Amino acid sequence: MIASHLVPLSLVALFCALITASAQERTTPSGPPKFVERLDIGISTNEIAISSDFSGADITVFGAIDSVDDFLLAIGAYDLIVALEGPHQPATVRRKERVAGIWVNRHSISFSPIPASYSISSTRPLESIGSRMELAAHNVGINNIRLMPKGAIGDGSLVGPFRDALRRIMQTRGLYQRDPSGVRFISRGLFKASVRLPANIPVGAHNVRAELYRNGEFVTEQTIRLHVVKTGLEQFTYNFAHRHSLLYGMFAVAFALLTGWLSSIIFRKD
Amino acid sequence: MTIYLPIAELSVDVFIILGMGAAVGFLSGMFGVGGGFLITPLLIFYNIPPAVAVATGANQVVASSVSGALAHFRRGTVDVKLGVVLLIGGLMGATAGVQVFLLLRKIGQLDLIISLLYVVFLGTVGGLMLLESIHSLRRAAKNLPVRPRRPGQHNWIHRLPLKMRFKRSKLYLSVIPIITLGFAIGVLTSIMGVGGGFIMVPAMIYLLRVPTNVVIGTSLFQIIFVTAFTTIVQATTNFAVDIVLAGLLMIAGVIGAQYGVRVGQKMRGEQLRAGLAILVLAVGIRLGFDLVVPPDEFYSVVQGGFG
Repeated sequence: MIASHLVPLSLVALFCALITASAQERTTPSGPPKFVERLDIGISTNEIAISSDFSGADITVFGAIDSVDDFLLAIGAYDLIVALEGPHQPATVRRKERVAGIWVNRHSISFSPIPASYSISSTRPLESIGSRMELAAHNVGINNIRLMPKGAIGDGSLVGPFRDALRRIMQTRGLYQRDPSGVRFISRGLFKASVRLPANIPVGAHNVRAELYRNGEFVTEQTIRLHVVKTGLEQFTYNFAHRHSLLYGMFAVAFALLTGWLSSIIFRKD
Repeated sequence: MTIYLPIAELSVDVFIILGMGAAVGFLSGMFGVGGGFLITPLLIFYNIPPAVAVATGANQVVASSVSGALAHFRRGTVDVKLGVVLLIGGLMGATAGVQVFLLLRKIGQLDLIISLLYVVFLGTVGGLMLLESIHSLRRAAKNLPVRPRRPGQHNWIHRLPLKMRFKRSKLYLSVIPIITLGFAIGVLTSIMGVGGGFIMVPAMIYLLRVPTNVVIGTSLFQIIFVTAFTTIVQATTNFAVDIVLAGLLMIAGVIGAQYGVRVGQKMRGEQLRAGLAILVLAVGIRLGFDLVVPPDEFYSVVQGGFG
Protein backbone atom coordinates (compact mmCIF):
# COMPACT_ATOMS: atom_id res chain seq x y z
CA MET A 1 0.00 0.00 0.00
CA ILE A 2 2.58 2.54 1.10
CA ALA A 3 5.45 2.85 -1.32
CA SER A 4 7.91 4.30 1.12
CA HIS A 5 9.89 1.31 2.21
CA LEU A 6 12.67 2.01 -0.22
CA VAL A 7 14.03 5.48 -0.61
CA PRO A 8 16.71 6.08 -3.21
CA LEU A 9 20.04 7.31 -1.96
CA SER A 10 19.69 10.51 -3.89
CA LEU A 11 16.67 11.38 -1.83
CA VAL A 12 18.62 10.82 1.37
CA ALA A 13 21.37 13.07 0.09
CA LEU A 14 18.88 15.75 -0.84
CA PHE A 15 17.35 15.33 2.53
CA CYS A 16 20.64 15.98 4.31
CA ALA A 17 21.14 19.11 2.26
CA LEU A 18 17.67 20.36 3.17
CA ILE A 19 18.25 19.68 6.84
CA THR A 20 21.48 21.63 6.89
CA ALA A 21 19.73 24.51 5.15
CA SER A 22 16.77 24.55 7.50
CA ALA A 23 18.91 24.18 10.59
CA GLN A 24 20.88 27.29 9.69
CA GLU A 25 17.76 29.40 9.40
CA ARG A 26 16.58 28.59 12.86
CA THR A 27 17.38 30.83 15.82
CA THR A 28 17.24 29.92 19.47
CA PRO A 29 14.59 31.79 21.47
CA SER A 30 16.68 32.96 24.45
CA GLY A 31 19.90 32.23 26.25
CA PRO A 32 22.69 29.89 25.21
CA PRO A 33 21.37 26.60 23.80
CA LYS A 34 21.69 23.57 26.05
CA PHE A 35 21.85 21.25 23.08
CA VAL A 36 23.16 21.86 19.62
CA GLU A 37 21.47 18.90 17.97
CA ARG A 38 18.68 19.53 15.52
CA LEU A 39 16.13 17.10 14.24
CA ASP A 40 14.35 16.86 10.92
CA ILE A 41 11.98 14.23 9.63
CA GLY A 42 10.14 13.42 6.45
CA ILE A 43 7.76 10.89 4.99
CA SER A 44 7.28 10.01 1.37
CA THR A 45 3.61 10.81 1.50
CA ASN A 46 1.50 13.09 3.61
CA GLU A 47 -1.67 11.26 2.81
CA ILE A 48 -2.70 7.68 3.55
CA ALA A 49 -5.62 6.46 1.50
CA ILE A 50 -7.95 3.85 2.92
CA SER A 51 -9.24 1.84 0.00
CA SER A 52 -11.81 -0.95 0.15
CA ASP A 53 -9.13 -3.61 0.77
CA PHE A 54 -7.21 -1.64 3.42
CA SER A 55 -5.89 -3.94 6.11
CA GLY A 56 -3.41 -1.74 7.89
CA ALA A 57 -0.07 -0.41 6.69
CA ASP A 58 3.43 0.50 7.79
CA ILE A 59 4.70 3.98 7.15
CA THR A 60 8.36 4.71 7.10
CA VAL A 61 9.60 7.96 8.55
CA PHE A 62 13.10 9.12 7.69
CA GLY A 63 14.98 11.61 9.75
CA ALA A 64 18.33 13.12 10.47
CA ILE A 65 20.05 14.53 13.53
CA ASP A 66 22.08 17.57 12.64
CA SER A 67 25.20 18.60 14.64
CA VAL A 68 25.35 15.11 16.01
CA ASP A 69 28.16 14.32 18.44
CA ASP A 70 29.98 11.34 16.91
CA PHE A 71 31.26 10.04 20.23
CA LEU A 72 27.83 10.12 21.87
CA LEU A 73 26.34 8.49 18.79
CA ALA A 74 28.94 5.73 18.90
CA ILE A 75 28.23 4.88 22.52
CA GLY A 76 24.50 4.89 21.89
CA ALA A 77 23.62 7.95 23.93
CA TYR A 78 21.05 9.12 21.42
CA ASP A 79 17.55 7.74 21.40
CA LEU A 80 14.64 8.48 19.15
CA ILE A 81 10.94 8.11 19.65
CA VAL A 82 8.55 8.42 16.73
CA ALA A 83 4.84 8.52 17.51
CA LEU A 84 1.87 8.70 15.20
CA GLU A 85 -1.02 10.31 16.99
CA GLY A 86 -4.54 10.25 15.59
CA PRO A 87 -7.23 12.93 15.81
CA HIS A 88 -8.56 13.66 19.29
CA GLN A 89 -12.07 12.50 20.10
CA PRO A 90 -14.03 12.34 23.34
CA ALA A 91 -14.36 8.84 24.78
CA THR A 92 -16.79 7.24 27.19
CA VAL A 93 -15.88 4.20 29.26
CA ARG A 94 -18.62 2.04 30.74
CA ARG A 95 -18.43 -0.79 33.20
CA LYS A 96 -20.76 -3.76 33.31
CA GLU A 97 -22.10 -4.91 36.63
CA ARG A 98 -24.42 -7.71 37.53
CA VAL A 99 -27.97 -6.51 38.10
CA ALA A 100 -30.68 -9.10 38.75
CA GLY A 101 -28.57 -11.83 37.17
CA ILE A 102 -27.67 -10.04 33.95
CA TRP A 103 -24.68 -7.93 33.06
CA VAL A 104 -25.63 -4.29 32.61
CA ASN A 105 -23.61 -1.12 31.94
CA ARG A 106 -23.82 0.67 35.28
CA HIS A 107 -21.06 3.23 35.76
CA SER A 108 -19.66 5.42 33.04
CA ILE A 109 -16.97 8.06 32.87
CA SER A 110 -16.46 10.44 29.97
CA PHE A 111 -12.98 11.56 29.09
CA SER A 112 -11.92 14.82 27.45
CA PRO A 113 -10.78 14.25 23.84
CA ILE A 114 -8.05 11.62 23.64
CA PRO A 115 -6.09 10.45 20.59
CA ALA A 116 -8.20 8.01 18.60
CA SER A 117 -5.01 6.16 17.73
CA TYR A 118 -1.43 6.17 18.98
CA SER A 119 1.37 4.15 17.50
CA ILE A 120 4.83 4.58 18.96
CA SER A 121 8.20 3.32 17.77
CA SER A 122 11.51 3.85 19.50
CA THR A 123 15.15 2.85 19.38
CA ARG A 124 14.85 1.05 22.74
CA PRO A 125 12.08 0.25 25.20
CA LEU A 126 10.81 3.55 26.57
CA GLU A 127 11.75 2.83 30.17
CA SER A 128 15.42 2.57 29.21
CA ILE A 129 15.34 5.80 27.20
CA GLY A 130 14.44 8.23 29.93
CA SER A 131 13.08 8.58 33.42
CA ARG A 132 9.39 8.28 33.93
CA MET A 133 9.14 11.95 34.78
CA GLU A 134 11.02 13.00 31.69
CA LEU A 135 8.78 10.88 29.46
CA ALA A 136 5.61 12.02 31.23
CA ALA A 137 6.63 15.65 30.85
CA HIS A 138 6.68 15.19 27.09
CA ASN A 139 3.58 12.99 26.87
CA VAL A 140 5.53 10.09 25.48
CA GLY A 141 4.23 6.54 25.64
CA ILE A 142 0.86 4.91 25.94
CA ASN A 143 0.95 5.26 29.73
CA ASN A 144 1.53 8.98 29.46
CA ILE A 145 -1.37 9.83 27.16
CA ARG A 146 -3.42 12.33 29.13
CA LEU A 147 -6.78 10.89 30.08
CA MET A 148 -8.74 13.59 31.83
CA PRO A 149 -12.20 12.66 33.07
CA LYS A 150 -14.91 15.24 32.66
CA GLY A 151 -18.34 15.63 34.22
CA ALA A 152 -19.48 13.78 37.31
CA ILE A 153 -16.91 11.27 38.58
CA GLY A 154 -18.30 10.68 42.08
CA ASP A 155 -15.63 10.32 44.75
CA GLY A 156 -12.98 9.70 42.10
CA SER A 157 -12.24 6.16 43.18
CA LEU A 158 -13.45 4.85 39.83
CA VAL A 159 -11.17 7.01 37.71
CA GLY A 160 -8.09 4.82 38.11
CA PRO A 161 -9.62 1.52 36.97
CA PHE A 162 -11.56 3.28 34.20
CA ARG A 163 -8.39 4.92 32.93
CA ASP A 164 -6.55 1.58 32.94
CA ALA A 165 -9.46 -0.03 31.12
CA LEU A 166 -9.44 2.70 28.48
CA ARG A 167 -5.72 2.17 27.80
CA ARG A 168 -6.14 -1.59 27.83
CA ILE A 169 -9.09 -1.62 25.42
CA MET A 170 -7.44 0.81 23.02
CA GLN A 171 -4.43 -1.55 22.96
CA THR A 172 -6.60 -4.64 22.47
CA ARG A 173 -8.25 -2.93 19.52
CA GLY A 174 -4.81 -2.26 18.07
CA LEU A 175 -5.41 1.48 18.15
CA TYR A 176 -2.69 2.08 20.72
CA GLN A 177 0.47 0.16 19.96
CA ARG A 178 4.20 0.26 20.51
CA ASP A 179 7.28 -1.08 18.80
CA PRO A 180 10.34 -0.70 21.04
CA SER A 181 12.71 -1.49 18.17
CA GLY A 182 10.98 0.31 15.34
CA VAL A 183 13.58 3.08 14.99
CA ARG A 184 17.02 2.27 13.59
CA PHE A 185 20.06 4.36 12.75
CA ILE A 186 21.01 3.76 9.13
CA SER A 187 24.16 5.86 8.99
CA ARG A 188 25.74 8.72 10.85
CA GLY A 189 22.88 10.80 12.20
CA LEU A 190 20.34 9.34 9.78
CA PHE A 191 17.56 7.17 11.09
CA LYS A 192 14.58 5.27 9.83
CA ALA A 193 11.40 4.57 11.81
CA SER A 194 8.58 2.30 10.84
CA VAL A 195 5.23 3.04 12.39
CA ARG A 196 2.30 0.67 12.18
CA LEU A 197 -1.11 1.89 11.08
CA PRO A 198 -3.91 -0.43 12.27
CA ALA A 199 -6.67 -1.56 9.89
CA ASN A 200 -9.23 0.37 11.93
CA ILE A 201 -7.25 3.61 11.88
CA PRO A 202 -9.51 6.63 12.30
CA VAL A 203 -9.64 9.06 9.40
CA GLY A 204 -8.54 12.65 9.85
CA ALA A 205 -5.40 14.62 10.60
CA HIS A 206 -2.66 12.64 12.32
CA ASN A 207 0.60 13.98 13.72
CA VAL A 208 3.91 12.26 13.28
CA ARG A 209 6.06 13.43 16.19
CA ALA A 210 9.72 12.56 16.50
CA GLU A 211 11.61 13.25 19.71
CA LEU A 212 15.32 13.10 20.28
CA TYR A 213 16.77 12.14 23.65
CA ARG A 214 20.39 12.33 24.70
CA ASN A 215 21.46 10.41 27.78
CA GLY A 216 17.84 10.26 28.86
CA GLU A 217 17.25 13.98 28.46
CA PHE A 218 14.83 15.50 25.99
CA VAL A 219 16.66 17.45 23.31
CA THR A 220 14.24 18.48 20.61
CA GLU A 221 11.20 17.40 18.66
CA GLN A 222 9.69 17.73 15.23
CA THR A 223 6.13 17.23 14.11
CA ILE A 224 4.67 16.71 10.67
CA ARG A 225 1.10 16.14 9.57
CA LEU A 226 -0.25 13.03 7.98
CA HIS A 227 -3.75 12.88 6.61
CA VAL A 228 -5.65 9.63 6.64
CA VAL A 229 -8.48 9.72 4.15
CA LYS A 230 -10.92 7.27 2.66
CA THR A 231 -10.54 6.86 -1.08
CA GLY A 232 -12.97 7.52 -3.88
CA LEU A 233 -16.01 5.36 -3.38
CA GLU A 234 -15.62 4.88 0.39
CA GLN A 235 -15.27 8.63 0.92
CA PHE A 236 -18.13 9.33 -1.43
CA THR A 237 -20.43 6.87 0.36
CA TYR A 238 -19.49 8.19 3.78
CA ASN A 239 -20.01 11.82 2.79
CA PHE A 240 -23.21 11.03 0.95
CA ALA A 241 -24.59 9.18 3.99
CA HIS A 242 -23.76 12.08 6.32
CA ARG A 243 -24.47 15.11 4.16
CA HIS A 244 -27.46 13.90 2.17
CA SER A 245 -28.76 11.31 4.59
CA LEU A 246 -32.35 11.43 3.32
CA LEU A 247 -31.30 10.81 -0.25
CA TYR A 248 -28.91 8.10 0.92
CA GLY A 249 -31.67 6.37 2.89
CA MET A 250 -33.99 6.54 -0.12
CA PHE A 251 -31.25 5.13 -2.31
CA ALA A 252 -30.70 2.24 0.12
CA VAL A 253 -34.43 1.49 0.02
CA ALA A 254 -34.57 1.75 -3.78
CA PHE A 255 -31.65 -0.66 -4.03
CA ALA A 256 -33.44 -3.12 -1.75
CA LEU A 257 -36.70 -2.81 -3.72
CA LEU A 258 -34.83 -3.39 -6.95
CA THR A 259 -33.00 -6.44 -5.58
CA GLY A 260 -36.25 -7.96 -4.30
CA TRP A 261 -38.13 -7.20 -7.52
CA LEU A 262 -35.38 -8.56 -9.78
CA SER A 263 -35.11 -11.75 -7.77
CA SER A 264 -38.85 -12.28 -8.05
CA ILE A 265 -38.60 -11.92 -11.84
CA ILE A 266 -35.47 -14.03 -12.29
CA PHE A 267 -36.66 -16.85 -10.05
CA ARG A 268 -40.34 -16.63 -10.96
CA LYS A 269 -41.96 -20.02 -10.82
CA ASP A 270 -45.50 -19.34 -11.99
CA MET B 1 -10.87 -11.11 0.69
CA THR B 2 -11.64 -8.15 2.89
CA ILE B 3 -13.87 -5.24 2.12
CA TYR B 4 -14.06 -1.93 3.95
CA LEU B 5 -17.52 -0.97 5.15
CA PRO B 6 -17.72 2.80 4.73
CA ILE B 7 -20.37 3.43 7.40
CA ALA B 8 -19.43 0.81 9.99
CA GLU B 9 -15.84 1.97 9.34
CA LEU B 10 -14.21 -1.42 9.57
CA SER B 11 -12.93 -4.15 7.29
CA VAL B 12 -14.77 -7.45 7.07
CA ASP B 13 -14.36 -10.67 5.15
CA VAL B 14 -16.58 -10.53 2.07
CA PHE B 15 -17.18 -14.28 2.03
CA ILE B 16 -18.31 -14.40 5.65
CA ILE B 17 -20.87 -11.66 4.96
CA LEU B 18 -22.04 -13.34 1.74
CA GLY B 19 -22.23 -16.68 3.57
CA MET B 20 -24.32 -15.14 6.34
CA GLY B 21 -26.66 -13.56 3.79
CA ALA B 22 -27.04 -16.80 1.85
CA ALA B 23 -27.61 -18.92 4.97
CA VAL B 24 -30.20 -16.55 6.38
CA GLY B 25 -31.79 -16.24 2.93
CA PHE B 26 -32.00 -20.02 2.72
CA LEU B 27 -33.66 -20.31 6.13
CA SER B 28 -36.01 -17.42 5.47
CA GLY B 29 -37.04 -18.92 2.14
CA MET B 30 -37.57 -22.30 3.77
CA PHE B 31 -39.65 -21.01 6.67
CA GLY B 32 -41.26 -18.04 4.91
CA VAL B 33 -39.88 -15.39 7.27
CA GLY B 34 -38.04 -12.15 6.58
CA GLY B 35 -34.85 -13.18 8.31
CA GLY B 36 -34.22 -9.90 10.12
CA PHE B 37 -34.26 -11.67 13.47
CA LEU B 38 -31.35 -13.83 12.29
CA ILE B 39 -29.32 -11.23 10.38
CA THR B 40 -29.09 -8.67 13.15
CA PRO B 41 -27.79 -11.04 15.87
CA LEU B 42 -25.38 -12.67 13.40
CA LEU B 43 -23.94 -9.29 12.49
CA ILE B 44 -23.59 -8.44 16.18
CA PHE B 45 -21.80 -11.76 16.82
CA TYR B 46 -19.47 -10.78 13.96
CA ASN B 47 -18.58 -7.55 15.81
CA ILE B 48 -20.53 -5.18 13.60
CA PRO B 49 -21.60 -2.30 15.89
CA PRO B 50 -25.18 -3.05 17.04
CA ALA B 51 -26.44 0.30 15.76
CA VAL B 52 -25.21 -0.52 12.25
CA ALA B 53 -26.45 -4.12 12.49
CA VAL B 54 -29.98 -3.02 13.37
CA ALA B 55 -30.26 -0.27 10.76
CA THR B 56 -28.71 -2.41 8.03
CA GLY B 57 -30.88 -5.37 9.04
CA ALA B 58 -34.01 -3.27 8.43
CA ASN B 59 -32.70 -2.39 4.98
CA GLN B 60 -32.03 -6.04 4.17
CA VAL B 61 -35.57 -7.04 5.21
CA VAL B 62 -36.97 -4.62 2.58
CA ALA B 63 -35.40 -6.73 -0.17
CA SER B 64 -36.44 -10.08 1.24
CA SER B 65 -40.06 -9.03 1.83
CA VAL B 66 -40.49 -7.45 -1.62
CA SER B 67 -40.03 -10.70 -3.48
CA GLY B 68 -42.34 -12.51 -1.06
CA ALA B 69 -45.01 -9.82 -1.21
CA LEU B 70 -44.95 -9.76 -5.02
CA ALA B 71 -45.63 -13.49 -5.13
CA HIS B 72 -48.61 -13.00 -2.80
CA PHE B 73 -49.91 -10.11 -4.93
CA ARG B 74 -49.93 -12.36 -7.99
CA ARG B 75 -51.96 -14.91 -6.06
CA GLY B 76 -54.27 -12.19 -4.71
CA THR B 77 -53.58 -13.04 -1.07
CA VAL B 78 -52.96 -9.49 0.17
CA ASP B 79 -55.57 -7.44 2.03
CA VAL B 80 -54.36 -3.99 1.02
CA LYS B 81 -56.91 -2.12 3.15
CA LEU B 82 -55.95 -4.04 6.29
CA GLY B 83 -52.28 -3.62 5.36
CA VAL B 84 -52.66 0.15 5.07
CA VAL B 85 -54.32 0.42 8.51
CA LEU B 86 -51.52 -1.68 10.02
CA LEU B 87 -49.05 0.52 8.18
CA ILE B 88 -50.41 3.71 9.78
CA GLY B 89 -49.65 2.23 13.18
CA GLY B 90 -46.36 0.83 11.91
CA LEU B 91 -45.04 4.17 10.68
CA MET B 92 -45.93 5.86 13.97
CA GLY B 93 -44.26 3.03 15.86
CA ALA B 94 -41.12 3.18 13.74
CA THR B 95 -40.84 6.94 14.29
CA ALA B 96 -41.16 6.52 18.05
CA GLY B 97 -38.80 3.54 18.01
CA VAL B 98 -35.98 5.43 16.30
CA GLN B 99 -36.18 8.15 18.94
CA VAL B 100 -35.98 5.51 21.67
CA PHE B 101 -33.04 3.97 19.80
CA LEU B 102 -31.25 7.34 19.74
CA LEU B 103 -31.85 7.84 23.46
CA LEU B 104 -30.65 4.34 24.38
CA ARG B 105 -27.50 4.87 22.35
CA LYS B 106 -26.81 8.09 24.23
CA ILE B 107 -27.15 6.51 27.66
CA GLY B 108 -25.18 3.41 26.63
CA GLN B 109 -27.97 0.87 27.09
CA LEU B 110 -28.73 0.14 23.42
CA ASP B 111 -26.86 -3.17 23.27
CA LEU B 112 -28.54 -4.40 26.44
CA ILE B 113 -32.05 -3.47 25.30
CA ILE B 114 -31.52 -5.03 21.86
CA SER B 115 -30.35 -8.27 23.49
CA LEU B 116 -33.14 -8.25 26.06
CA LEU B 117 -35.82 -7.68 23.42
CA TYR B 118 -34.40 -10.49 21.33
CA VAL B 119 -34.27 -12.84 24.28
CA VAL B 120 -37.82 -12.03 25.38
CA PHE B 121 -39.45 -12.11 21.96
CA LEU B 122 -37.51 -14.97 20.45
CA GLY B 123 -37.87 -16.97 23.65
CA THR B 124 -41.61 -16.45 23.90
CA VAL B 125 -42.47 -16.86 20.23
CA GLY B 126 -40.06 -19.77 19.76
CA GLY B 127 -41.32 -21.52 22.88
CA LEU B 128 -44.99 -21.15 21.96
CA MET B 129 -44.36 -22.27 18.40
CA LEU B 130 -42.42 -25.30 19.54
CA LEU B 131 -45.18 -26.37 21.94
CA GLU B 132 -47.83 -25.87 19.28
CA SER B 133 -45.94 -27.78 16.60
CA ILE B 134 -45.05 -30.67 18.92
CA HIS B 135 -48.73 -30.83 19.78
CA SER B 136 -49.82 -31.00 16.15
CA LEU B 137 -47.03 -33.43 15.24
CA ARG B 138 -48.37 -35.76 17.96
CA ARG B 139 -51.92 -35.37 16.70
CA ALA B 140 -50.77 -36.11 13.17
CA ALA B 141 -48.94 -39.19 14.40
CA LYS B 142 -52.10 -40.46 16.10
CA ASN B 143 -54.10 -39.68 12.95
CA LEU B 144 -56.41 -37.34 14.83
CA PRO B 145 -58.12 -34.67 12.75
CA VAL B 146 -56.74 -31.14 13.13
CA ARG B 147 -59.30 -29.08 14.98
CA PRO B 148 -60.73 -26.56 12.54
CA ARG B 149 -61.03 -22.93 13.53
CA ARG B 150 -64.59 -22.10 14.42
CA PRO B 151 -65.82 -19.08 12.45
CA GLY B 152 -67.67 -16.28 14.15
CA GLN B 153 -65.88 -16.80 17.42
CA HIS B 154 -65.47 -13.41 19.09
CA ASN B 155 -63.24 -12.02 21.80
CA TRP B 156 -63.10 -8.66 23.58
CA ILE B 157 -61.12 -7.16 20.69
CA HIS B 158 -64.20 -7.47 18.50
CA ARG B 159 -66.27 -5.27 20.82
CA LEU B 160 -64.05 -2.16 20.41
CA PRO B 161 -65.45 0.92 18.61
CA LEU B 162 -64.34 2.57 15.30
CA LYS B 163 -65.15 -0.49 13.26
CA MET B 164 -64.18 -0.88 9.64
CA ARG B 165 -65.03 -3.47 7.02
CA PHE B 166 -62.19 -5.47 5.44
CA LYS B 167 -63.69 -7.28 2.46
CA ARG B 168 -60.67 -9.34 1.48
CA SER B 169 -60.32 -10.74 5.01
CA LYS B 170 -64.09 -10.97 5.52
CA LEU B 171 -63.71 -9.01 8.76
CA TYR B 172 -65.64 -6.21 10.45
CA LEU B 173 -63.17 -4.98 13.01
CA SER B 174 -62.19 -1.93 15.07
CA VAL B 175 -59.11 -0.08 13.79
CA ILE B 176 -57.79 0.37 17.37
CA PRO B 177 -56.26 -3.10 17.81
CA ILE B 178 -54.94 -3.05 14.23
CA ILE B 179 -53.16 0.28 14.66
CA THR B 180 -51.88 -0.79 18.09
CA LEU B 181 -50.45 -3.99 16.65
CA GLY B 182 -48.87 -2.06 13.77
CA PHE B 183 -47.40 0.44 16.23
CA ALA B 184 -45.88 -2.24 18.46
CA ILE B 185 -44.28 -4.01 15.49
CA GLY B 186 -43.04 -0.66 14.14
CA VAL B 187 -41.22 0.03 17.43
CA LEU B 188 -39.61 -3.41 17.26
CA THR B 189 -38.58 -2.87 13.64
CA SER B 190 -36.58 0.21 14.49
CA ILE B 191 -35.04 -1.12 17.71
CA MET B 192 -34.41 -4.72 16.66
CA GLY B 193 -33.93 -4.35 12.90
CA VAL B 194 -36.53 -7.00 12.16
CA GLY B 195 -39.58 -7.02 9.92
CA GLY B 196 -41.59 -8.42 12.80
CA GLY B 197 -43.34 -11.09 10.76
CA PHE B 198 -42.67 -13.67 13.46
CA ILE B 199 -44.86 -11.67 15.86
CA MET B 200 -47.20 -10.09 13.30
CA VAL B 201 -48.35 -13.37 11.78
CA PRO B 202 -49.43 -15.12 15.02
CA ALA B 203 -50.96 -11.88 16.34
CA MET B 204 -53.05 -11.46 13.19
CA ILE B 205 -54.22 -15.06 13.31
CA TYR B 206 -54.97 -15.40 17.02
CA LEU B 207 -55.87 -11.82 18.06
CA LEU B 208 -57.43 -10.27 14.97
CA ARG B 209 -58.69 -13.59 13.54
CA VAL B 210 -57.57 -12.73 10.02
CA PRO B 211 -57.97 -15.72 7.67
CA THR B 212 -54.68 -17.62 7.39
CA ASN B 213 -54.48 -17.35 3.60
CA VAL B 214 -54.19 -13.55 3.58
CA VAL B 215 -52.09 -13.20 6.75
CA ILE B 216 -48.61 -13.70 5.30
CA GLY B 217 -49.20 -11.61 2.16
CA THR B 218 -50.69 -8.73 4.15
CA SER B 219 -47.97 -8.88 6.77
CA LEU B 220 -45.24 -8.85 4.09
CA PHE B 221 -46.98 -5.98 2.29
CA GLN B 222 -46.89 -3.74 5.34
CA ILE B 223 -43.40 -4.92 6.40
CA ILE B 224 -41.97 -3.53 3.12
CA PHE B 225 -43.20 -0.06 3.96
CA VAL B 226 -42.33 -0.10 7.66
CA THR B 227 -38.79 -1.41 7.06
CA ALA B 228 -38.30 1.01 4.13
CA PHE B 229 -39.42 3.87 6.34
CA THR B 230 -37.21 2.66 9.20
CA THR B 231 -34.21 2.47 6.87
CA ILE B 232 -34.72 6.09 5.83
CA VAL B 233 -35.25 7.31 9.40
CA GLN B 234 -32.21 5.34 10.65
CA ALA B 235 -30.16 6.81 7.80
CA THR B 236 -31.17 10.37 8.69
CA THR B 237 -31.02 10.21 12.51
CA ASN B 238 -28.34 7.64 13.30
CA PHE B 239 -26.36 7.52 10.00
CA ALA B 240 -26.16 3.79 10.66
CA VAL B 241 -27.26 2.20 7.38
CA ASP B 242 -24.26 0.61 5.69
CA ILE B 243 -25.20 0.20 2.05
CA VAL B 244 -22.19 -1.95 1.20
CA LEU B 245 -23.03 -4.38 3.99
CA ALA B 246 -26.75 -4.31 3.14
CA GLY B 247 -26.07 -4.85 -0.56
CA LEU B 248 -23.91 -7.93 0.05
CA LEU B 249 -26.48 -9.40 2.44
CA MET B 250 -29.39 -8.74 0.09
CA ILE B 251 -27.85 -10.23 -3.00
CA ALA B 252 -26.69 -13.36 -1.20
CA GLY B 253 -30.00 -13.48 0.66
CA VAL B 254 -32.36 -13.47 -2.33
CA ILE B 255 -30.31 -16.20 -4.01
CA GLY B 256 -30.21 -18.32 -0.84
CA ALA B 257 -33.95 -17.85 -0.43
CA GLN B 258 -34.68 -19.53 -3.78
CA TYR B 259 -33.05 -22.74 -2.63
CA GLY B 260 -34.69 -22.45 0.79
CA VAL B 261 -38.13 -22.23 -0.79
CA ARG B 262 -37.51 -25.45 -2.75
CA VAL B 263 -36.49 -27.32 0.38
CA GLY B 264 -39.40 -25.83 2.31
CA GLN B 265 -41.92 -27.08 -0.24
CA LYS B 266 -40.84 -30.65 0.37
CA MET B 267 -41.46 -30.42 4.10
CA ARG B 268 -44.66 -30.67 6.08
CA GLY B 269 -46.20 -27.67 7.83
CA GLU B 270 -45.70 -28.96 11.35
CA GLN B 271 -42.11 -29.96 10.66
CA LEU B 272 -41.40 -26.51 9.25
CA ARG B 273 -42.94 -24.81 12.26
CA ALA B 274 -40.99 -27.02 14.67
CA GLY B 275 -37.77 -26.29 12.78
CA LEU B 276 -38.41 -22.57 12.80
CA ALA B 277 -39.28 -22.71 16.51
CA ILE B 278 -35.98 -24.43 17.33
CA LEU B 279 -34.06 -21.89 15.25
CA VAL B 280 -35.81 -18.95 16.93
CA LEU B 281 -35.20 -20.43 20.37
CA ALA B 282 -31.54 -21.12 19.62
CA VAL B 283 -30.88 -17.51 18.63
CA GLY B 284 -32.72 -16.32 21.75
CA ILE B 285 -30.77 -18.65 24.05
CA ARG B 286 -27.45 -17.65 22.48
CA LEU B 287 -28.19 -13.97 23.15
CA GLY B 288 -29.49 -14.73 26.63
CA PHE B 289 -26.32 -16.66 27.40
CA ASP B 290 -24.20 -13.57 26.71
CA LEU B 291 -26.30 -11.54 29.13
CA VAL B 292 -25.88 -13.98 32.01
CA VAL B 293 -22.31 -15.22 31.64
CA PRO B 294 -19.67 -12.89 33.13
CA PRO B 295 -18.07 -11.03 30.20
CA ASP B 296 -14.34 -11.33 29.41
CA GLU B 297 -14.05 -7.56 29.54
CA PHE B 298 -16.22 -5.65 31.98
CA TYR B 299 -15.36 -2.30 30.49
CA SER B 300 -16.32 -0.92 27.11
CA VAL B 301 -15.16 2.18 25.28
CA VAL B 302 -17.20 4.34 22.94
CA GLN B 303 -15.29 6.80 20.85
CA GLY B 304 -16.31 8.76 17.79
CA GLY B 305 -18.74 6.86 15.60
CA PHE B 306 -20.33 3.60 16.69
CA GLY B 307 -18.71 2.04 19.73
